[in-house]
Amino acid sequence: MLEKALTGSRRYWTLLAVLAGLVAVGFATYLHQLSVGLGITGLSRDVPWGLYIAQLTFLVGVAASAVMVVLPYYLHHYKAFGKLAILGEFLAISAVIMCLLFVFVDIGQPRRAMNLILYPSPRSILFWDMIVLNGYLVLNVVISRATFRAERAGTPPVRWVKPLIYLSIPWAVSIHTVTAFLYSGLAARPFWLTAILAPRFLASAFAAGPALLVLLSLLLRRVSTFDPGKEAVAKLGEIVAYAMVVNVFFVALELFTALYSAIPEHVEHFTYLYLGLHGHGLLVPWMTVSVALAVVSLVLLLVPQLRRREGVLAVASVAVVGSLWIDKGLGMVVTGFVPSPLGHVNEYWPTLPETVIALGIYAAGGLVLTVLYKIAIGVREEALGGGEVGQGAAAAETRPELKVA
Amino acid sequence: MHDAGKIVLGLGVFGVLVTAPVWYGIGRGKGEPPELQRPATAKQCIEPTAFMRARHMELLNEWRDAVVRDADRVYVASDGQHHEMSLTGTCLRCHEDPEKFCIRCHAYAGVEAFCWDCHQKKRTMAVSARRERGAP
Amino acid sequence: MTMRRRSFLKLAGLGLAGASTVPVAQALVRGARTEAGPDALKGKRWAMVIDEKKCLTRGGCDVCVQACHRAHNVPAMANPRHEVKWLWKEQFGHVFPDRVTPYTPAVMKERPTLVLCNHCDNPPCVRVCPTQSTWKRADGLVMMDMHRCIGCRYCVVACPYGSRSFNFEDPRPGLRGEPTDYPTRTKGVVEKCTFCAERLAVGQRPLCVEACEGIGCGALTFGDLGDPASPVSALLRENDVARRKPELGTSPHVFYLL
Repeated sequence: MLEKALTGSRRYWTLLAVLAGLVAVGFATYLHQLSVGLGITGLSRDVPWGLYIAQLTFLVGVAASAVMVVLPYYLHHYKAFGKLAILGEFLAISAVIMCLLFVFVDIGQPRRAMNLILYPSPRSILFWDMIVLNGYLVLNVVISRATFRAERAGTPPVRWVKPLIYLSIPWAVSIHTVTAFLYSGLAARPFWLTAILAPRFLASAFAAGPALLVLLSLLLRRVSTFDPGKEAVAKLGEIVAYAMVVNVFFVALELFTALYSAIPEHVEHFTYLYLGLHGHGLLVPWMTVSVALAVVSLVLLLVPQLRRREGVLAVASVAVVGSLWIDKGLGMVVTGFVPSPLGHVNEYWPTLPETVIALGIYAAGGLVLTVLYKIAIGVREEALGGGEVGQGAAAAETRPELKVA
Repeated sequence: MHDAGKIVLGLGVFGVLVTAPVWYGIGRGKGEPPELQRPATAKQCIEPTAFMRARHMELLNEWRDAVVRDADRVYVASDGQHHEMSLTGTCLRCHEDPEKFCIRCHAYAGVEAFCWDCHQKKRTMAVSARRERGAP
Repeated sequence: MTMRRRSFLKLAGLGLAGASTVPVAQALVRGARTEAGPDALKGKRWAMVIDEKKCLTRGGCDVCVQACHRAHNVPAMANPRHEVKWLWKEQFGHVFPDRVTPYTPAVMKERPTLVLCNHCDNPPCVRVCPTQSTWKRADGLVMMDMHRCIGCRYCVVACPYGSRSFNFEDPRPGLRGEPTDYPTRTKGVVEKCTFCAERLAVGQRPLCVEACEGIGCGALTFGDLGDPASPVSALLRENDVARRKPELGTSPHVFYLL
């Protein structure tokens, strides 16, 4: 199947070249970081985690959101998602690879990374995060490969894939829950020490992930013959709408508990995040943008006449992804550290080298995604004789295992 | 065969790459083992020479875990002698200059030992062949 | 073709599994073993008591900090964001925020208070370390293994007291003077006070305590809480003591006489 990625238009190769170039620049910058140390980033003694871990947190959500497509399709036989499922699974693979890369560039002594396996530490949530993330990657690779090979051959997929698909559903939820547990069990950081952190993560994941899928679907429809179908995209829009509402609701719940109880330990972090603290407010403009984008997205998503127009849905999806990327990334991670346990306000902002490395990793993920989607398009065209596809009925035809369950 | 030209070219490139260490090292690497500075007075290490030659890193790793993790201090050698488990305190008492002993051999063997990042008092020390040549 | 590949993979898997049963850690040499030093201080539960009043009698004194940082090659980093410190003074209002009121005069709120790793009974840093590079010793010390640390900084995140420092760059250029015998660290690892474990192992008390006694102040007392006759036990019996953030359940073992 990989040979499908080796033939393509000039646009395809240009995209791969650009992404590869970004990866090369990012890699070269990473070599510099290896030689000098993490001091080239904006991190500090008071803010030990920043851009890299923020991207990890956001991307784990994107990876987990594949379940939002897999669950309706495989568990409830929602046929409209027939063509979307593979896009979701491939997006999950790309996202998990980026997560693992972001963890790798964040550790101070990467040559000792094997210690994570040589000295397993089941009391550490980071240990479990490593297990569930790698397991999810393997699961998605195995599942997508098996179902795709079957599709290409026109046969039902092998029987052992079905239990794996069922397993991937709670596993998807678990990767984001475990990542939330990294934060929500720390007595040292009252901003994160809340039971609603894991539900917040899941809600924002189920908004941002499907929103990304909407954008990718619309893009694929424009640049290739692959079309997940209008019903699938519309349903994704509904999922994004509900998830975004729940997410904003959860944020409001957090704000209420912190502000109404007026406990300084909790209020301080929210004050820093949205208003600035003691004259320090680097994140305030970002959060204003995030809030504005969230409001815009909610308006566009909650009015059905607006949401059903795909152009508007695209704008709303961009707003959702942007708003949540800010909120869950830098917003959540950095604010946990300000003020510090000793009450100091030391801010954080990523440096240029740090940003270049992050961009390089995003480019690597983009590279993986492009290649995988190219394969998906290629296989689909081949399986259906190269012609244009309809929707529901054709989807059922290409997914004969639906009849098995 | 199809694409014969491309295949032969590819094989040629592969052959060059895979033999690179050989023709890169000609005239640049050192053929014979390096001259190691032996300790001035001591004739016998804490364990037999054959053992030390083969397994000194295992010994040092065991010392590392014993001192740091088990709070032990004393190594009782196979001949019953007691020694303090310390790279700088015991080993370097006889092998005074690691640059002329440890690092020289490690550079020749191409095995980087990064003990010297921490366990030595000079400001900088060449810890690998690359750095010995003055590379960053 | 499929069958041959499958059986090859099975064979390879079995071979790998078989090879991994070869014991990795072989006994080193017959008769060789390691043991504790003859003078090692043995305690059931090491702890420290800091007498604030005594400490404050000498304005601007920091002999304890100097002694510790000098002997342990703690660097002075040019970039304040990369600061490394094991023992230092903070304003009282930041260390004990629940003991200041809106009416506390500034001079009291800002009085310098010594802070360091608290060597907790229930340390969150130990819980989160994914490689057990930091662990709790039976005698109470929370230790650091600089060789194993991968520099993930989860312990720095998890410490409620801000006691830990990460080496963002090579610390050697920041050394104040020539390095001592204590190993320096390398970039990418976390470090903190270890109650001078290397000195306890040879029968000596922590440097900060000795430095403070050396100038005749004696604000720092170190000892074994498992020994009712030790000075720390006596101090805890006879005085009202405070600990940092006790409500978090970490059970710190650095006690303050305020």
